[in-house]
Amino acid sequence: MKVSTEWLADYVSLENVAAEDLAEKITRAGIEIDEIENRNKGVTKVVVGYVKSKEKHPDADKLNICIVDAGQEEELQIVCGAKNVDAGQKVPVALVGAKLPGGLEIKKAKLRGALSQGMICSAKELGMNDKLLPKEQQEGILVLPESVQIGTPISQVLGLDDEVLEFDLTPNRSDCLSMIGAAYEVGAILGRDVKLPDIEKELVEVSDAAGDHISVKISSPEHCSHYAARYITGVKIGSSPLWMQNRLMAAGVRPINNIVDITNYVMLEYGQPLHAFDADQLTNGAIDVRLAKEGETMVTLDNQERKLEPHMLLITDGVKPVALAGVMGGLNSEVTDNTVNILLESAKFDGGTVRKTSRQLGLRSEASLRFEKEVDPGAVIPALNRAAALISRYAAGTVHKGIVESEPVSVEEKVIVLSFDKLNRFLGTELSMLEVKTIFSRLHFSCADTAQGILEVRVPTRRGDITSDVDLIEEIARLYGYDNIPTTAIEGPTTPGAYTKPQALRRDVRKLFTHGGWQEVISYSFTHPDLTALFPALTEGSHAVKLAMPMSEERSVLRTSVIPQLLDVAAYNANRKQHDLAMFEMGNVFYSQEEQLTAQPKEISVLTLLLCGSRGQKQWNQTPEKVDFFDLKGALETLFEYLGLQNSVSYVANKPQGYHPGRSASVYLTNDGGEQLLIGTLGQVHPQLQQDRGLSDMYTAEILLQPLYDYASKDIRYRELPRFPASERDIAVVVEDSVEAGAMLSVIREAAGELLQSVQVFDVFTGSKLGEGKKSVAIALVYRHNERTLTDEEVSSAHAAVVSQLEQTFHAELRK
Amino acid sequence: MKEKLEALRQEALDQLQGVEDVQKLNDLRVKYLGKKGALTEILRGMGALSAEERPVIGQVGNEVRGAIEALIESKQDAFQKAETEQRLQAEKVDVTLPGRKMAQGGVHPLNKVIEEIEEIFIGMGYHIAEGPEVETDYYNFEALNLPKNHPARDMQDTFYITEELLMRTQTSPVQIRTMEKMEGEVPVKIICPGKVYRRDDDDATHSFQFNQIEGLVIGENIRMSDLKGTLLQFVQEMFGPNTQIRLRPSFFPFTEPSAEVDVTCVKCGGNGCRMCKQTGWLEILGCGMVHPKVLEMGGYDPEKYSGFAFGMGVERIAILKYGIDDIRHFYSSDLAFLKQFARM
Repeated sequence: MKVSTEWLADYVSLENVAAEDLAEKITRAGIEIDEIENRNKGVTKVVVGYVKSKEKHPDADKLNICIVDAGQEEELQIVCGAKNVDAGQKVPVALVGAKLPGGLEIKKAKLRGALSQGMICSAKELGMNDKLLPKEQQEGILVLPESVQIGTPISQVLGLDDEVLEFDLTPNRSDCLSMIGAAYEVGAILGRDVKLPDIEKELVEVSDAAGDHISVKISSPEHCSHYAARYITGVKIGSSPLWMQNRLMAAGVRPINNIVDITNYVMLEYGQPLHAFDADQLTNGAIDVRLAKEGETMVTLDNQERKLEPHMLLITDGVKPVALAGVMGGLNSEVTDNTVNILLESAKFDGGTVRKTSRQLGLRSEASLRFEKEVDPGAVIPALNRAAALISRYAAGTVHKGIVESEPVSVEEKVIVLSFDKLNRFLGTELSMLEVKTIFSRLHFSCADTAQGILEVRVPTRRGDITSDVDLIEEIARLYGYDNIPTTAIEGPTTPGAYTKPQALRRDVRKLFTHGGWQEVISYSFTHPDLTALFPALTEGSHAVKLAMPMSEERSVLRTSVIPQLLDVAAYNANRKQHDLAMFEMGNVFYSQEEQLTAQPKEISVLTLLLCGSRGQKQWNQTPEKVDFFDLKGALETLFEYLGLQNSVSYVANKPQGYHPGRSASVYLTNDGGEQLLIGTLGQVHPQLQQDRGLSDMYTAEILLQPLYDYASKDIRYRELPRFPASERDIAVVVEDSVEAGAMLSVIREAAGELLQSVQVFDVFTGSKLGEGKKSVAIALVYRHNERTLTDEEVSSAHAAVVSQLEQTFHAELRK
Repeated sequence: MKEKLEALRQEALDQLQGVEDVQKLNDLRVKYLGKKGALTEILRGMGALSAEERPVIGQVGNEVRGAIEALIESKQDAFQKAETEQRLQAEKVDVTLPGRKMAQGGVHPLNKVIEEIEEIFIGMGYHIAEGPEVETDYYNFEALNLPKNHPARDMQDTFYITEELLMRTQTSPVQIRTMEKMEGEVPVKIICPGKVYRRDDDDATHSFQFNQIEGLVIGENIRMSDLKGTLLQFVQEMFGPNTQIRLRPSFFPFTEPSAEVDVTCVKCGGNGCRMCKQTGWLEILGCGMVHPKVLEMGGYDPEKYSGFAFGMGVERIAILKYGIDDIRHFYSSDLAFLKQFARM
């Protein structure tokens, strides 16, 4: 809401308060002032002049030579190029030495040989916003009404000596969508009185009763609690007075004609939108407020045919729709230059109804904005009367006697009981009763003590936002000043704070990876639908969750895996010459078991890794090596070891979707009950998927975090350090290429028995010497007994069992 | 004989003094102290001495040997030291060449900020509460005193999934879920960090996905002055002991009274600069006393209990803390950006 200080001063004295100070005070009391706009954009020495004569410039077709009386000692000769300049006009004249917005300075000049002692200005040249100018002023020089005095500074005529405060209103403060509301707020802040227009004195009615000409019926009372109308005849459509136009422009509203301007002016003044119908276009003058019927249409003021729906509230004349209630008038009953008689409407429409209609039709106006936030029921009648008085004065209308309404509505002020004790307890203050009462009186809330420490506060109808005692406490607090509320510590016993186990583990895992050289990323939760089926679901239920109204296809569903996001990250970084990445994200993926969602989808926390490029930097003392599957697997092994889960995890080469079939695995966790849970996948991304993204050699893994939280163990049990020497034996065997090392190791563990302390694959190779489809696997075994030194025989016998089992199970040949 | 010995000592010491290499030293050792050396040669004549003289000469002989040996040893030490010194000199490296670094990744700057804030509040006795990112209309709006068609729903543009399901626009629904879980127990002292989503066109200062941290305290006598005290303690731990706060009245449907909180500008310390638009203050938090309707919907009697709540945008705090110019950097995952935060 743009609040002109010049206008505001009609209702509350702003004496000795600079606009900046006022803005700061208003902001500190709860309404942020976004901007202070000075309407004078740098105009000096521009005055009203009278064009006494106009003659064509002898040497220039498009120029005129005007003799202008600008109230100076001598008449001025001014060369003017505007088409619309004419003798007999009053116009803004920039005198020699004048300054105009943009820094233009007016000097005595010769134009094509003719002396020019100034400049006749257009509205634009005076810095006025041309979007707000009436049509006739958008081109050519600005022609002023005859009534203005020659020599008067133009800033005075156009109301440029005005600073406009932009109120950035929170949704609860729609009371300040009106100048009077703003005046009450400023009055309360400054502790000054508020003076309202004296409507009774202004309004003169004729004896002919309005009710004889028009009638009002509300068929849909739940959507319209009050509808009041006045009948005004004999209006003369023309321009509204200059001061009114100036104020409208200050408020950001374009002047149109006297009737429209007056309805807008009163809307800005009282916050009550009004509508004027051409009464002669209403069949029988019979207003009926009702909901639209199925299939009904109407043409609105903007010449658009609107399809109506049964939830939309209409003003009809009993026969046809003439307005969309609170949203826009109908073309059929518009006030035009030929209008003589009008029906003036002031009503309270239900906010939700107006909101729904204006949303649906994409029609948002100053009026709908106010109705949506619920207008002050107490302003319906005063606004109607104020507008009628202005129309009678500035449009020569005759106001007929009486207000026509379905039935008079009595507007009652809310009474709220406030405990003085609660007020101080709630705020932590020690306000006195006198201080509290003073603040209420500044707000124009009347209050009375009904019992010891209990206040009954009457809240004016304009403050619909105040419904309970805490609302009153807020009013007291903000006017007392939040800065004056003390700073205290919470009383009562202290509580220990802590992370839960999953929260602590998540942070541990994050640290483990970052300290191991991995960079954490956060990617978007929204993704392209094509990307949701690339990688396997780690959980039951496989439907991706779609947004109802996404901003783009690219981000229209919730991610089901973070891997595609990290592939995008890799591509993004590759474009920036960053090819060596070790990145991880811990975030949620989303799945639903239902195609049509009726309940919240599953949100599953996953850890996703992406590894590509080289390990180690290119440096004088090291050569970067390409990362491979085992760098990735090693990272996971480190994680599981850290969580104490290394013995519960297994890797199965079952070709998970989206991965290179020969370089990938699913990860299983065997829980305490012996159940095997799928907890993740790892491997090289399928070459096709890599290629599609211009990538290569991407290694990725996705691991469910919940099972890790569930089964991770913090228990550390000390084992006695070995006191007896170990015996080390190496073995190298040739087996079929398809034999998995993991299987060999389990066979070895089983065959060697308790004496085997550790076993490690230390070499694997293939080669033509070994034969087609064969590989050599070299394994180091360490035998040890905890209580004595092993004899050579014991070790040899265990070792022989290992060799023989390998031979039997895998047809392994011992390499000598 | 004594004279001979003294002469030998003199000669040997003189010779040794001038020696400059190990070879020569060994030669002289043999020459003077060897089995066929000069000293042995002289002492062979001991047999011709009287019983009185013999021990005297013997003593002198030992002294001479000792003196020569001592000098040889010290010479040897000196040679060894010099040799070691030389070898070490030859082994020197160019210390200005780079070393092999330990692998070091980094926490995402947003999580760095979240963890820092969490630690401050845990130190103040809070717990961390979390909730789903896909919420119901009830928890995200209605239970927070934002019934359907409430004008304040304009303030937030929501990604709906169905009419009843949506991407949460704030982490406040976690407050309601926590209140329900606590079943009327007090005190409630939680903070709720998490991702939230709003329909905003992305630009330098807007992102449709961002992170929030909200706080909630409910107890028997929680006052607005406690809210001020809590926030002051928090900002002083977060931004430094000289940080001050300033509350401005505002509006949130779930709190009453409500306030926006400004802190002393982190860049200029309140003197006024470009970052704070010369005001000396930066807006970083919204807060207020929990609205009685919200308490009621969460199962707390507003006549008996009161509480406060506050919320802040993690991105905004990270932007202010690190001086970042564009919110989109957080989600671009550009290594060049992220690496800057891979440190303490």
